[in-house]
This record gives sequence, structure tokens and C-alpha cells, in this order.
Amino acid sequence: MLSVRDLRVSFCTEQGMVQAIDGVSFDVAEGEILGVVGESGSGKTVSLLAVMGLITDPNAVIEGSIKYQGRELVGLSAKDMRKLRGREIAMIFQDPMTALTPVYTIGWQIAEQIRAHEKISAKAAEQRAIDLLQEVNIPNPAEAIHLYPHQLSGGMRQRAVIAMALSCNPSLLVADEPTTALDVTVQAQILDLVRKLQKNYKSAVVFITHDMGVIAEIADRVMVMYAGRIAERGSKRELFSEPQHPYTQALLDSIPPLEGKRPHRLKSIPGAPPALLHRSTGCAFAPRCAKRFDACVNMPILTANGHDAACFKVNPI
Amino acid sequence: MLLAILRRVGQMFFVMVGISMLVFMIFFATPGADPASRIAGRNASPEILEAVRKSFGFDQPFYVQYLIMMKKIFITGDLTSFVNRGWKVVPAVLDTIPVTLSLVIGAAILWVIFGIIIGTVAAATRGSWLDKLLMILGLIGISMPVYWLGEVMNLVTQSRYHDTWMFSWVPPLGYKNLSSDPKGWFLTLIIPWITLAILYIGLYGRVLRANLIEAMQEDYVRTARAKGLSETRILLRHALRTSLISFVTLFGLDFGALVGGSALLTEVVFDLHGVGKLTYDALQNLDLPVIMTTVMYASFFVVLANALVDVVYILLDPRVRSV
Repeated sequence: MLSVRDLRVSFCTEQGMVQAIDGVSFDVAEGEILGVVGESGSGKTVSLLAVMGLITDPNAVIEGSIKYQGRELVGLSAKDMRKLRGREIAMIFQDPMTALTPVYTIGWQIAEQIRAHEKISAKAAEQRAIDLLQEVNIPNPAEAIHLYPHQLSGGMRQRAVIAMALSCNPSLLVADEPTTALDVTVQAQILDLVRKLQKNYKSAVVFITHDMGVIAEIADRVMVMYAGRIAERGSKRELFSEPQHPYTQALLDSIPPLEGKRPHRLKSIPGAPPALLHRSTGCAFAPRCAKRFDACVNMPILTANGHDAACFKVNPI
Repeated sequence: MLLAILRRVGQMFFVMVGISMLVFMIFFATPGADPASRIAGRNASPEILEAVRKSFGFDQPFYVQYLIMMKKIFITGDLTSFVNRGWKVVPAVLDTIPVTLSLVIGAAILWVIFGIIIGTVAAATRGSWLDKLLMILGLIGISMPVYWLGEVMNLVTQSRYHDTWMFSWVPPLGYKNLSSDPKGWFLTLIIPWITLAILYIGLYGRVLRANLIEAMQEDYVRTARAKGLSETRILLRHALRTSLISFVTLFGLDFGALVGGSALLTEVVFDLHGVGKLTYDALQNLDLPVIMTTVMYASFFVVLANALVDVVYILLDPRVRSV
């Protein structure tokens, strides 16, 4: 349904071109949940903002191909993109505290989106908003539509944001770390809700997170990103049982074990992700990798057989 | 709501009492400030001084003088001038109020409308030549002193180009009564309105542009974009609405001060006998009752303007309502 090929996003800065996304390709199939994992600055959000056409920075250059149901999105006019956004592709953002306009009621904001895409009366839009709030388990939806964002808790606000994203029944939902700003119990409720709605609405979901635990909970397939490239991708089962890329292995090792002896200290990955400005020509993870060897001064190529990794250990050339 | 109004009225009372005491102290009770010697003149003999002191009631204790003055302003309304004895001050101030209000309200309407238009257009076309042009014009507007701009306006509309088709409609300087001559009232005030508003249009346009650009970086604007709304709608319904909150704060302060007499320079240049002009004349010859009354009036309007701003806040920002 969504097919991204060789996507490159770069920003002109005073120090020169910064390549934020460097040749990323992936597909999202109808009704699946794709988990995208990576550290801050790995390009997971930027690549999906590019899909949404939400990179408004005039210094950004987007190259490659993004096809949504056969339609090319790169270079699509702002007007056509707007018709797609919110109706076909919807997005949930990281921080529910700031994602809603503070001066309007949540019912008004949901109805606004419905009426931007469909010709229906204000009254019908309001009824739809009530139904949607009911669906995301907000108590007393008929009264809740008259509440302002500041009158709701973080979890409730995120539910309202989800209700808004679902209001036009999108076939693709992009969730950008929707649980990061919430506490753990609320996090679990929101994950349950996303899974339930994904079943009911049969939308495909791209779920961006930096939390391997969340991925294990929700994703069908997983894509691990590092420094603007894909490090590894595969089904959730494959990726968790036999991780191939040393970065994925290190990420999984840093999760505290539930059974057995409690480790003295959790494992961490030494070093920090590379600065975007001074990219090496070799494997970006090499400076932090425990398994690096001579070949790593070259750029590894992502394999293409279902469960892929961009590492010379896996794909020696 | 009733409680809020009562609180405002109480606040207004305290502000006015405080200011009146302060002004009274400055002119009557600071060391060396002897109103009697000022009234009697430079070379007055001790007998005359004594007579003046008795006649004006300066021989009484300060608090008695203060209370008598307050009573004459607020209760009996028969306070008379020290300079022009027998001239009733309170009706004189009341007469000037319509002049100042006409000037300031008209200018405020102009500067709010054009400030919002210029700020919004500049923010929408950020970085373009239009944005740069508007901001430079705004800066020029802020930099021009109102007394200079007013004189230039007068020079152009009253003398140099008065007999051309452009400005032959401009009536001579002075104020026309709204109820008896509405057309004259409007025509005489057009040029003063524009003159007074230009500074504020520049200022408000620049402030609003900065606020709008900041608001356009907010997360909720990204959400609005993700909803598929048009840029115009995002700017007007989402960003402008939240940016107006600081706009209103600024407006309350400026409007209150102008109604309270800060429009003095405009009033003098255009020969409008408003509150500012009256205060200025009273300060020239230290006519204390007049100063006292205009100060009372000004503080009343400043507090009133702030109260109105609070009401507008409640309309604009739901977060204020629940407090």
C-alpha cells in the first residue's frame, strides 16, 4: 500500500548539506503494523514526516519515491497532498500536551477535521465526534466534546488525538512515539487501544518508537534505523529471536531480563550516534560496534531476502 | 462573575486612593512645596501670604485639606481652580472626556484593524519582499514622533495642498461636537486618527508578526497540518487566535494610557481640547485642583481598561476561565 524507495532527505545548513535520511526503502502492507525503532536523530520521525508531506522547512530537499496506493507523493502539489492528509493518512504525535490547539474544545477540533474532508453538517460532524470519543473509551463523550484540552489528563488527550486521527477512517495511521510522554499504565491502555482500533478500522499502522518493549507488544514487522539508514528489518519474531545486526543485538541486550539473576549493571551501547554533518563513508555504527573488522570502512548494503541487515558480518562482499 | 466585578471595583478604589494621596503629597506636603507662596507670587508680603493661606484653606492640617478636596471632586463636584478662581474644575474635565475618547477610540479601531492585517499578511508571506516592506514601513511608523508627524500632516492638509482636490475636504483644526455635527466630527478627526494610529499600527503589526511566527512552530500547528487543513485556515483559526492573547494585553495598557491623557501631543498639534491638553495647561501654571482631577480620571480609565482586557482574555483563552 505504501512503498518508499530510496528516500533521501537533506537540509541545507550554514555548514553545508546535512543528510538526515540516506536512501531508505520500505513497504507497508494493508492492515499491518510496522514498528520503526531507533535512537533520537536516527531519522525515524523525519522519514515519516516526509511521507506525510509535513516537512515545511524551506531548506529541506526530498528525493526518492514515495508511492501511496500507486500514487507518487514526492512532488505532489500542496493542495492534493492536503486532501490525502487527514483523510487517507493520519498522524498521532508524541506529546499530547501540546498537540491540540489550547483555545478550542476537542469536539470542535475533531469536527473541524471531518468537515475539512467531507461535506456534512455541523450537527452530524458533532455526532461523529461523540461516537469517536466513545470508541477511544473517553467517559461521557457527549459532555467530553465540550471540554478544552487543558481540562483533560495526558492519557485522555492522547485518546482525543487518536480519535481525531481516526475521524476520517484513514487507511494508514502514522504514530510518532504516541506513548513516550505517558506513564506506564496509560501507555499500556493506549497500546491496547491502538491495536483494537487497528483491527476494527483495518488501517495499516506505522508505529515509531525508541522502546523495544513497545515494539514487542504491538508490531508485526520491525525496521531498525541508525543514522538515517536502515540497519535491520524483518518480522518481529525473526528480529527478536535472531537479531543479525550488531546494533539490534546491542539494543536487545540492553533490555533488563525478566528471569534469572539480576545483572549488576544493564548493558549499554558505548559512544553516541554520529553527528549528521560529518558522516564517514563506512558503516555508521562501526565506531561503536564490538564486532567491527576491516571491511567496516566500506558502506554495507542491506540484503533483500525478507529478514535483512546492513552488516558485513551478515552480507560479506 | 459578580465577585470578579466587585474585586475590580475594589481594586479601582485602592488604586485611586493611592494615586490621589501620592499626587496630593507631591504638591502639598513635600518640603519646600508651599502652594500659598506660588499662588501669591514671587514678591508677596507676609500679610498677603497669610491671607492667601487662609483664603485657600492651607492653614488646615493636611488630612483635612485632602479630604475636603476629595469631597469636592467626588461628592459635591464644586472644586474650583486655584488659578482661575470660580472656574469649576469637574465640569471642565467632563467636557474634555468626549474629545479624548473620540480621538483615542477612533485611532484604536484603526490600529487594531491595520495592526492585525499587517501582522498577519507579513507572517503569512514571511521572508518575501512584501513582508520586508511591511516591516520597514512599520519601523518607520514607530520611529516618527507624533508631534512631528502631526505638524507635517497639518502642513500638507491645512496649508500646502489644502486647495487641491486631495485635501479640500479637510476642515480647519478643532473639535466638532458629535451629537450636533456628526459629519464635521468625523472629518475633523480623520487626520488626527491616522496620525495617532500610525505608531501603534507599526508596533502592533511587528509584535503580532513575531507572535504568529512563533505560534506557527507550535506542535498544534503541525497537528492542524496533519489534519489536512489549508494554510490560510491554520494561520487564521489556529495561530492567530492564540497570538491575539498578547496583542490584547498590549492593547489594554496602551489604550488606558492614551485615554488617561497620553494623547497629549496629538491633542496639542491638532488643537483638540482633550484631557491631555487640559492636564498640560494645568501643569504649566500648577493648577493643583485640575491636576488632581485629571489624575483621578486617568487612573480610573487605566484600571477600567485593564478590567476590560481581563474580560476579553476570558473570551479568548479558555484556560483563564476555570481559574
